[in-house]
Amino acid sequence: MSLDAPFKDPFFRDESFFGDYSYRNSPHAVKRFPFPFPEDDYMYSVNMEPHVKGRPGSVFEHYFDVDEHYVSEMRDRARVLEQDPLRCQSLPHMTLAGWDLLELIMEKFAEDYPHWFSLTKDGNRWHWINRPLGIDQKFTFLDESTLPYGPFEYITRQAQGDFTLQDQREDNLWIEAGMVTSQADWSLDFDIGMNFHEWHAPVPLAHQMGIFDRALKFLLALQYGAPVRRFNWTMTVDPLLDTSPENYPKWGPSKTTMTPETIGQRQHLRVELQTLIRLPRSNAICFPIRCYLISLDDLVTQPKWARRFHRVIRGLPDELATYKGFIRNKPMILEYLARFDDGAPTSPGWWPED
Amino acid sequence: MSNQTRMNVTVTEVVEVNSLIKRFRFVREDGGAMPGFSGGAHTVVEMDDNGTRRLNAYSLMSDPADSSGYEISVRRDDSGRGGSLFMHKGVKPGMKMVISQPVNLFGLDLRARKHLMIAGGIGITPFIAQMAQLDSLGHRFELHYAARDADLCAYGAELSARYGERLHRYYDVEKQAIDLANLLKTQPIGTHLYVCGPKGMIGWVLSTAQKMGWPKGALHSEEFLAPPVGEAFTVQLSRSGVSIDVGPTQSMLEALEAAGIDAPYLCRGGACGQCECKVDAAEGEILHYDHWLSDDQKAAKTHIMPCVSRFKGERLVIDL
Repeated sequence: MSLDAPFKDPFFRDESFFGDYSYRNSPHAVKRFPFPFPEDDYMYSVNMEPHVKGRPGSVFEHYFDVDEHYVSEMRDRARVLEQDPLRCQSLPHMTLAGWDLLELIMEKFAEDYPHWFSLTKDGNRWHWINRPLGIDQKFTFLDESTLPYGPFEYITRQAQGDFTLQDQREDNLWIEAGMVTSQADWSLDFDIGMNFHEWHAPVPLAHQMGIFDRALKFLLALQYGAPVRRFNWTMTVDPLLDTSPENYPKWGPSKTTMTPETIGQRQHLRVELQTLIRLPRSNAICFPIRCYLISLDDLVTQPKWARRFHRVIRGLPDELATYKGFIRNKPMILEYLARFDDGAPTSPGWWPED
Repeated sequence: MSNQTRMNVTVTEVVEVNSLIKRFRFVREDGGAMPGFSGGAHTVVEMDDNGTRRLNAYSLMSDPADSSGYEISVRRDDSGRGGSLFMHKGVKPGMKMVISQPVNLFGLDLRARKHLMIAGGIGITPFIAQMAQLDSLGHRFELHYAARDADLCAYGAELSARYGERLHRYYDVEKQAIDLANLLKTQPIGTHLYVCGPKGMIGWVLSTAQKMGWPKGALHSEEFLAPPVGEAFTVQLSRSGVSIDVGPTQSMLEALEAAGIDAPYLCRGGACGQCECKVDAAEGEILHYDHWLSDDQKAAKTHIMPCVSRFKGERLVIDL
């Protein structure tokens, strides 16, 4: 497998998520950006909906969204893992869940993007082709010795977004495997082995609202064949996928260097499309956390989003702006967005032109 | 893609295993592969029993690696509500049925250094799938299986042939009993204990293990709890304002469903907690049969599990 292979398909952008930050969204990617606010104000909710296929062209069109950033994101993941191998961990009892996930991703990729991926099976002897990444792998399903990595690491090096695997026991969920290189400031190495309430402990307000008790009860009963999804969001300065606590000294100070002149280009809305999937053989729950970044300059090209985002940030409690890490720049962000909000009403839902 | 938690299947085999037990094999009507599952999972089988819709949960006993079909075994209960009788008398090869996707409330803890399993009677079924899965994963396990006699020790001989000394059989008629205290005393650190069988056996195994200091997280049990029969009663629903009659061989959950109310459920056996309802008023006695509510909740008459529990008295109002 070679990640240095030339990008044969011009669909995939050659770009960086660090250093010169050459990451950009094409006009097409801006239009399909998963803007997460269906109304003009925002408060926590479990906000789950069935993960079913949605509008053609949208990020919901396929089970997993593979977009123009795929190849560069996978290259960025390999870079982060090289610097810090603990970003990918799988406790020994989670290997079976890793195989479940490998099968799911390979099957869905091959089904939804047959021009890029193919999977052929002869019993447990499988043949996987990933054309964008130049991978051609024959291996034996459930036999780790036939892959260059464990099944979980192998497949999540080829799929956008972070992934965690939760074991279910004692009426709780336990985060016991993860591939985490594009996270909103949380650490797999710190959280691994924790249960549902433990790893959510830092979240403000929601505990008192009983949100986590309800969410856990819901997830314990999550059924095979009925995945669900929700959005989460935060703000990031520069299109950096790896906003990790481990690297905070490298990216934290960037918040202090933004100016009214650079904010439109540097401040990004960071959206996570989170999916929850019951896995078959292991009964574990897989949690893909897919990160999308859009600069404010690109976001305001959609008038409805510009108006609404201004109203959301204006109404956000300070505890949440602090937790999400942008309280310092909230006034500057509001000043920027206010120019694009003429007070006109917005239509319900998140689609830009509805 | 639409979210699908039920599957249309065809019954391909009905096998009389012994005088009480029949085995059924289901394959998908569309010819597709069954989803893989984890040992200990069950499926909910939907039955149309002369106009009465019954949904019974049965453990999957086939090899989880076999995606060509699912198998369950059903023990006939002549004094029960009729679900098992329907399966025994009404279900024939070729019949179309609807079953749920697998749900596991009796999962293996794959952290275990060793899996010690204790089965009573028909409680063997989840272990058959679990042992197949553990065997292919190379995990260490041992099963102790008690039955009335050799005939009712379903699958005992085949399992012994497959697993050799890892399998131990005990027949009540021959006064053979599991030497539980000694067995529990001699397990390596990190062993997990699983028990499935009649209520008395589960209570005996769990209380013995607890007394001997086994950690709670290492104890796993699943009781095959069919909704009990009882006297008819009426339940009022405060939100929708309707009254529903529950027949003697019907569970409250089934009566709600028959009235077109979409109530949540998973296990239909009083274990998973999904169907828990708040009680607004109970002038009479709630007959709690579940393992979900705490003793305090049961005594306070504040909650009821419609899948198994019943009512005897003047008036029951639930928040639904």
